[in-house]
Amino acid sequence: MNQAIRSAWVVAIGMFALVLGSLTYVQFFQAQELNANPWNSRQLFQDFGRQRGAILVDGRAIAESVPSQDQFNYQRVYNEPELYAHLTGYYSLSLGSTQLEDKESEILSGTSSSLFYDRVVGLFSGVDSEGASVELTIDPEIQQLASDLIPDDQRGSIVVMEPSTGNILAMVSKPTYDPNLLSGHDTGIIEENVAALSERPGLSIYSNPATESLVAPGSVFKLIDAAAALESGKYDADSVIPNPPALEFPGIEYSLPNYVTGGCISRTTADLEFALEQSCNTPFAQIALDLGEEAIQEQAAKFGFGEELSIPTRVIASSFPSDLTDPELAQSAVGQFDTRVTPLQMAMVTSAIANDGQQMKPQLVKSIRAADLQLIESPQPEVLRESISPETANQLTDWMVNVVDNGTATGAQVPGVEVAGKTGTAEVSETGDNAWFTGFAPADDPQVAISIVMENVDIPTGQQLTSPSAKRLIEAVLNR
Amino acid sequence: MSDVLTVPRSRRNIEFVLLLLALTVAISANYLAGAGREEPFADHFWFQAITLGLMGLLIHVILRFRAKYADPVILPIVIALNGIGLAMIHRLDLSAILVNPDYPPVAPQQVTWTAVAIGAAAILLIVLRDHRILRRFTYISLIVSAVLLLLPLTPLGLEINGARIWISVGVGTFQPGEIAKITLAIFFAGYLSTNRDLILLAGKKIGPLQLPRFRDLAPMAAAWLVSIGVLIFQRDLGSSILFFGLFMVMIYVATSRVSWVLIGLAMIGVGVFFALELFSHVALRFDSWINAFAPEVYNRAPGGSAQVVQGLFGLANGGLVGTGLGEGRPDLVTYANSDMIIAALGEELGLIGVVAIVMLYVILVSRGIRAALGTKDGFGKLLACGLSFTIALQCFVVIGGITRLIPLTGLTTPFMSAGGSSLLANWLIVALILLISETARRPAPTAPMTDSFPEALGGGKPVKKRTAKETTR
Repeated sequence: MNQAIRSAWVVAIGMFALVLGSLTYVQFFQAQELNANPWNSRQLFQDFGRQRGAILVDGRAIAESVPSQDQFNYQRVYNEPELYAHLTGYYSLSLGSTQLEDKESEILSGTSSSLFYDRVVGLFSGVDSEGASVELTIDPEIQQLASDLIPDDQRGSIVVMEPSTGNILAMVSKPTYDPNLLSGHDTGIIEENVAALSERPGLSIYSNPATESLVAPGSVFKLIDAAAALESGKYDADSVIPNPPALEFPGIEYSLPNYVTGGCISRTTADLEFALEQSCNTPFAQIALDLGEEAIQEQAAKFGFGEELSIPTRVIASSFPSDLTDPELAQSAVGQFDTRVTPLQMAMVTSAIANDGQQMKPQLVKSIRAADLQLIESPQPEVLRESISPETANQLTDWMVNVVDNGTATGAQVPGVEVAGKTGTAEVSETGDNAWFTGFAPADDPQVAISIVMENVDIPTGQQLTSPSAKRLIEAVLNR
Repeated sequence: MSDVLTVPRSRRNIEFVLLLLALTVAISANYLAGAGREEPFADHFWFQAITLGLMGLLIHVILRFRAKYADPVILPIVIALNGIGLAMIHRLDLSAILVNPDYPPVAPQQVTWTAVAIGAAAILLIVLRDHRILRRFTYISLIVSAVLLLLPLTPLGLEINGARIWISVGVGTFQPGEIAKITLAIFFAGYLSTNRDLILLAGKKIGPLQLPRFRDLAPMAAAWLVSIGVLIFQRDLGSSILFFGLFMVMIYVATSRVSWVLIGLAMIGVGVFFALELFSHVALRFDSWINAFAPEVYNRAPGGSAQVVQGLFGLANGGLVGTGLGEGRPDLVTYANSDMIIAALGEELGLIGVVAIVMLYVILVSRGIRAALGTKDGFGKLLACGLSFTIALQCFVVIGGITRLIPLTGLTTPFMSAGGSSLLANWLIVALILLISETARRPAPTAPMTDSFPEALGGGKPVKKRTAKETTR
C-alpha cells in the first residue's frame, strides 16, 4: 500500500509542478503580451489613477486633475471648458484622449523620458511622481474675445498668431463643447453625452477644426498667386493684366467670372494692386495659366502646403490640386475647385508675408514644467522656411494695406494703425459661402496675424463676421 | 509494516516557533493590506490578528496535551495560508468599499468562520483522540454524505450562479458538499480497508484485468454514482472532479492496481464527453477555455471568458515580483476573494509570492502523505492519503483553471478563499491529518492499547484480528 501512496504523492507533485509551470508561463513569459492586451484596463486604471499635470494658460489651469472619491483617485477637470475644448481635447476612459491631452500625454502623465530624473527621485523618496504641466502660448483675453466674435451656432474658426515667433495667441472654433461631459468615470454617461453631442450640427468632438478641417480658401488664395507672380520675375507692380468680366475657355461651355457686384467691372485691365484690392478673379486666373500649375503648386508648398505639422497637436496638410485642365487650374488659383486649407495654414501664409518672408513654425506650447515647477522644456521660435523673398513680402504687404484702405477689407481698418489684409469668399454650396479674412498689423512692424473663416454663411453675414472681427482682435492685441 | 522510520520526538517546540513565524507573516500581510487605505491599526486589524493568533495557539496547546507527536509543520502552514487569505480578503473589501461605501465587508465574516473552523478542529482533536474510531462509522458516513449532498436539492437549497450547492442556515449559507467530501472519504477508507482483499482476490480475471465481484464493488459504485449524479444535477463541475479524484486515488492506494486508474481515466473521458454533449454550461466552460481571447467568447454573458482573462491580466500585472499588497487592481477580477484569490495573490505578491504559497501547499500535502506512509492502519493510510491528495487536486483544478492550463471551474482555494463551509471542512481535514500523523510518529507503543484496534491492512500478509466491536461484513 505504501508504494501506491508514494505514487499518489508523485502524481500530486506532478500536478503542483504543472501549475507552477503555468503560473511561470503566465506571469513571466506571457506577461508582456497580456499587459498590452486592449481588454486589459489595468494600464488605463494606472494612467487614470495618476495625478496628471495641468494644462495652463497664463498661469491658470484650464485642465487639471483633482482628487476624486472613486477607484481612480483623480478626476480630470476642465475649467472654461467650452473656450478651450478644441485645444485641450479630452482625457476620456472610453474615448481615449485627443489634442493636447493626447500629444502631450507622456509629459502630463510624467512618463516622458525627459522626466526620467524626477521618476528616479520619486522611486527612492517614495513620493509618487506627478505629471509635468504644459503652459500654452494662448492669451486668455484674446482667446475669449475671439470666441465671443463667433456666434455659438456658426461654424467657424479664428487663429491669432505672432508672426515673428509663430506663437499662437488664440485659436478658437465653434461650435464647441464641454470636454467635462466626456471625461467622467461613468462610461454609460459618456456614451449618452457623445450621442447628445453628435446631434449638434457642425460640431466635431474628435478634431480641432482650426487645424484638422480643410475648407476652400476662395480669394485669400490670391495672396499665393500674387507671391508666385512676383517670385517668378515675370510680373511686378507695373505689370498690366487683362481684366475681362469673365474668362472664356475655347471649346468648352465654362467661363470664370469676376463678381458682378464688385469694383472689378470698372476696369478692363488691371495691375496686381487693383486685382487684389477688388479681388478680381480673371487676372489671377490668367497669371496661373501663364505661370503653370507647377509654379503655383511650388509657391503653395513654400508656404507650407502639403505638409503635416505637429504643434504639438496635429495640423493636417493643406493642398493645391494637381493634373489640372486649364479651367480647373483657373478655378483652383482663385481658391475654388479642390484647393483646401486649414484655417491655421492661412494664418501661417499671412505670418510669413508679415515676417519678411520667413515662415515661423506655429507654437502652441510655451513651456513645460515638472511638478516642482522646474523648467524642463521651453520651445524656441523655429524658422520653417523662407516662403518668399523680403522684397516680395514688402510688395505684398503694401498691396494688402491697400486692400484694407481702399478695397474689400475696409471693415478691418484700425484708426492710427496700418492694417494689411485680404478677404475671401469661397462658394461651397447653394446655401452659403465660406467667408475669409486674413491679415496682419501693424504693417510696418507686424505684431499680430489673424485668419478668420466663417463657413457656410450668406455674403453679408460673412462680411460682418470677418473684417470687423479682425479689427477688434488687432485692437485687442495691440492694446495688451 | 511501515518501512519509514519515525523519530520519537514530539517537535512541539519547533511547531511553536514555526507558528509564531506563520502568524508574523499573516499579521504583517494583514497590516500591509490595510496600510494607506485606513488607519493602520484599525479595530478589524486587531480582531483578525488576535483571532488568528489565539486560535492557532489553541490548536498548538491541544496538540501538546492530546497529540504530542503530531506533525509539527502542518499547523503553521495552515495558519499562514489562512492568514494570507484573510489579508487578501480584507484588502479586497477595502477596494470594494472605495467604490461602494455600502459594500458589506467579507473579511469580518471570514474571521468569524476562521474561529468557528479552528474551534471545530479543536473539538475534533479533543473528542476523537484517535482517527481509527471513525472506522466504526463507515456506513453512517455514507448515509450522512448522501443526506448532505441531497440537502441543496431540498427546499432548503439555494441556487447561486446556476449552481445549486448551497443551503440556507439562518445566519448565512452553507455548502454541505464540502463536509460530504470528508464523510465520503471516511466511508471509502473504511469500506476499502475492510474489503480490500475481497475486492482484490475474489473476482474473475479477464485478460490482464482482475475484475472484482459485483457485490463487493456495489456499495462503492452506488456511492460514486450518487455523488457524481447529485453534483451534475447541482451543476457543480469543480466538486465533481474533486470527488472523482478522491475515489480514484483511494481505490488505487487500496488495490495498487494501475489498471483501475486507467479505467477511471476512461470513465472521466466518457464523463467529459457526455457532459460536453448534454450540459450547455459545461460546453460553455470548455469553449471559454479554448477560445478565451475570442471577442464573442470574451463578451458572452453569462459563461464568457472575461473572468479568466481578467485573472490572467491580474497575474501578468503582478509579473515576477508583484505590485505589492494594496497596490494592484485585483478587484477588477470577479470573485477575486473566493474562486480567483490566487489571481489576486499572484498580482500583488508576484510570481515569487504565489510560488511560495504553492510550495506551502506542496509541503502540506507531502506531510499529509508522509502521515499516510507512517501510520500503521490501512484505514488511516487511505484516509490521510485521500484527503491530502484532494487538497493537491483542488489546488491543481483552481490554479490550473486560473492560469488557463485547464478549463476554469468554480472551486475554492483551500484555507484561503472566502467561504465558511470550505474553511470549516479543510480545518476538519487538518485535524484528521494531525491525528493520523500522531499515530504515525508516536514511538512504538508499549501499552496494549493499540491492540484494541484492528491491525491495519498493509504490505504484509493479511492477518486479520478483529475485536468484538468490529463486525464482519
